Amino acid sequence: MRVALFLTCVNDTLYPDTGRAVVKLLTRLGVEVDFPTAQTCCGQAHYTTGYRHEAEPLARHFGEVFGGYEAIVTPSGSCGAMVRELYPRMGERARAEGRGEALAAALAPVAARTYELTEFLVDVLGVTDVGACYPHTVTYHPTCHGLRGLGLGERPRRLLRAVRGLELVELPGAEECCGFGGTFAVKNADVSAAMGTDKVRNAASTGAEVLCAADNSCLMHLGGLMTRLRTGMRPVHIAEILASTEEEPAA
Amino acid sequence: MSTTTTFVGMPASAPPAHPAFPQAAREAVRDARLRGTLRHATHTIRAKRAAAVAEVSDWAALREAGRQIKDHTLRHLDRYLVQVEQAVTAAGGTVHWAADAAEANRIVTDLVKATGESEVVKVKSMTTQEIGLNEALEAAGIRAYETDLAELIVQLAHDRPSHILVPAIHRNRGEIRDIFRSEMGEWGRPAPEGLTDEPAELAEAARLHLREKFLRARVGISGANFMVAETGTLVVVESEGNGRMCLTLPETLISVVGIEKVVPTWRDLEVFLQTLPRSSTAERMNPYTSLWTGTTNSATADGPREFHLVLLDNGRTDALADTVGRQALRCIRCSACLNVCPVYERAGGHAYGSVYPGPIGAILSPQLRGTASGIDASLPYASSLCGACYEVCPVAIDIPEVLVHLRERVVQGGEAVRQGNRVVLRPARGHAAERAAMRAARWALTRPGVLRAGQRLAARSRRFAPRTLPGPGRAWTDSRDLPPLPAEPFRDWWQRTRGGKDTAR
Repeated sequence: MRVALFLTCVNDTLYPDTGRAVVKLLTRLGVEVDFPTAQTCCGQAHYTTGYRHEAEPLARHFGEVFGGYEAIVTPSGSCGAMVRELYPRMGERARAEGRGEALAAALAPVAARTYELTEFLVDVLGVTDVGACYPHTVTYHPTCHGLRGLGLGERPRRLLRAVRGLELVELPGAEECCGFGGTFAVKNADVSAAMGTDKVRNAASTGAEVLCAADNSCLMHLGGLMTRLRTGMRPVHIAEILASTEEEPAA
Repeated sequence: MSTTTTFVGMPASAPPAHPAFPQAAREAVRDARLRGTLRHATHTIRAKRAAAVAEVSDWAALREAGRQIKDHTLRHLDRYLVQVEQAVTAAGGTVHWAADAAEANRIVTDLVKATGESEVVKVKSMTTQEIGLNEALEAAGIRAYETDLAELIVQLAHDRPSHILVPAIHRNRGEIRDIFRSEMGEWGRPAPEGLTDEPAELAEAARLHLREKFLRARVGISGANFMVAETGTLVVVESEGNGRMCLTLPETLISVVGIEKVVPTWRDLEVFLQTLPRSSTAERMNPYTSLWTGTTNSATADGPREFHLVLLDNGRTDALADTVGRQALRCIRCSACLNVCPVYERAGGHAYGSVYPGPIGAILSPQLRGTASGIDASLPYASSLCGACYEVCPVAIDIPEVLVHLRERVVQGGEAVRQGNRVVLRPARGHAAERAAMRAARWALTRPGVLRAGQRLAARSRRFAPRTLPGPGRAWTDSRDLPPLPAEPFRDWWQRTRGGKDTAR
């Protein structure tokens, strides 16, 4: 099976390790991964900040870059939800504004074929034991757009529970937002930091070494707070845990 | 509706000056006592609501029914409002139509004056707070006594409500005892000697204080949770019984109700009488549900002899004209979205600068009042878009969708309806730099080569990457470290190694 990796602009620029981990993991599971180098950004920050008209060219670009693939896999619940939930909405709005079917038609194929990583593993590949080994105590934060937008449910936890050596501990208040929220993090920095601080304290209270999530943007916010709060925990993307093996452990 | 296009900068009735949400929230976030009180209260009710909803096997169907009933009614609001007017009139009531707050206040003030009374008792009502009725009555020399326990606390403390259902949620019981001790005597029967902060004692003090108001009052003022069009029946849903006192004892009853509160039939009402109590107070069945139709004619029967219904628009028709925003009018004021909201929990209700705080307030206030003022332009951004509000909403209002829609109105302007006129709104002030940055980002991100050049530049100069950012970026680095920049972006690694197939450099 040949799939396109939609890495997201944040991961491409700041978290290449997550990208390498996705490639390693999917390759190990027999998937042929392509990274279309023309990919840039899904336009989520533009759209959710109110710049829908600036987001449209980015969405169209996404449609052109990824339109020809059977499946598009992304290690981000948030960007995955943008493509799957909000691209169709952008198409509908353009239609309602009398701008025709073009945008809806360009976005429909990619919206239908986009999967968040854990969803692709569990639903499409049908695996929960990916042969990983990660001998650490981990707590998992379900990020909002994966949890409530895509409905990832127990999939990430099922994958983590099957990892050898990994001890999964429950995060108190797991379903509460971490406070990142894209531009919310700077527009309402005080509330955002207060939410994040509560999330970090809850994570630290579990005694876990690692706070795991399926979205690096939320982890960037939480990791930035963790070092300030000197918790001694580290944020790690779920792809890096699932890619880790006995022979090649994660750094 | 007029089809003329005008350019609007400021609304006709600008809301009172209030700091923008981020500034207003900053103080609340730093108030440890308030944070503790709100955290305790919201988490308690959140858990209770979840349990009460989980008991109902057909909750999803009830939620969908509620959504459809409200959408249908709003679609045919003109017809149902006329039906309400006819039915109320036939039952002996008088219906008044108020386009805005000023008109509603004038109607109510005149009605009270006509009775010759100088005081009224009030049932807890969001609508009369929205229009500032108590202040309008006071200006006319009429004293309005709030009789809901929490509203009484707020009124005695010269405070503002901070929650739709629990207006004094920001007060703990020690503060309530102090307020009762120092203020009750000013308004009527003073607090008993040696009052403690035991909830039972506080409730008894309020009971004694309010009892004399109930027995003396000749005019009652209420809102309504629902109006049933087929019979002209009004419904008030409350938990204390104080509302029922006000609805039955006075000789004159005046109800001020938003036009979106109508439901077509009693059968429709049945859906909401299931979803509202469980969503708001986590009760299986509401304790005091008062329903009345018109007036009582018999001289010996209970209930008011005279009944006036004031139907209030105050921006609702404008909201109804917005195909995305109109879903906010489905709201039944249960406040489940406030209780589950992580932003409300930290910022508190006052930061929203409106009688409607929390997620629903963030989409309702900028529609009812417009987006021209600082607070109204900031409210659509008072959310991390986490979606918890949409999940709990018993009428399935997609609050994040409306928030994003209103953000677009703030930063890009565009068509809207204000005071019945179709207008083209200018973008709000203070977003010019952001707009330029978004445009530049869009330009760069539609050109992969430009993105790549930027990534490489950042990677090569990473030793010089600052620990603190200037300008708006400071809002990030004031509380959070920046992630370290990697030596090379992913796309360079991909091209260098063909996706890891080549490990040699």
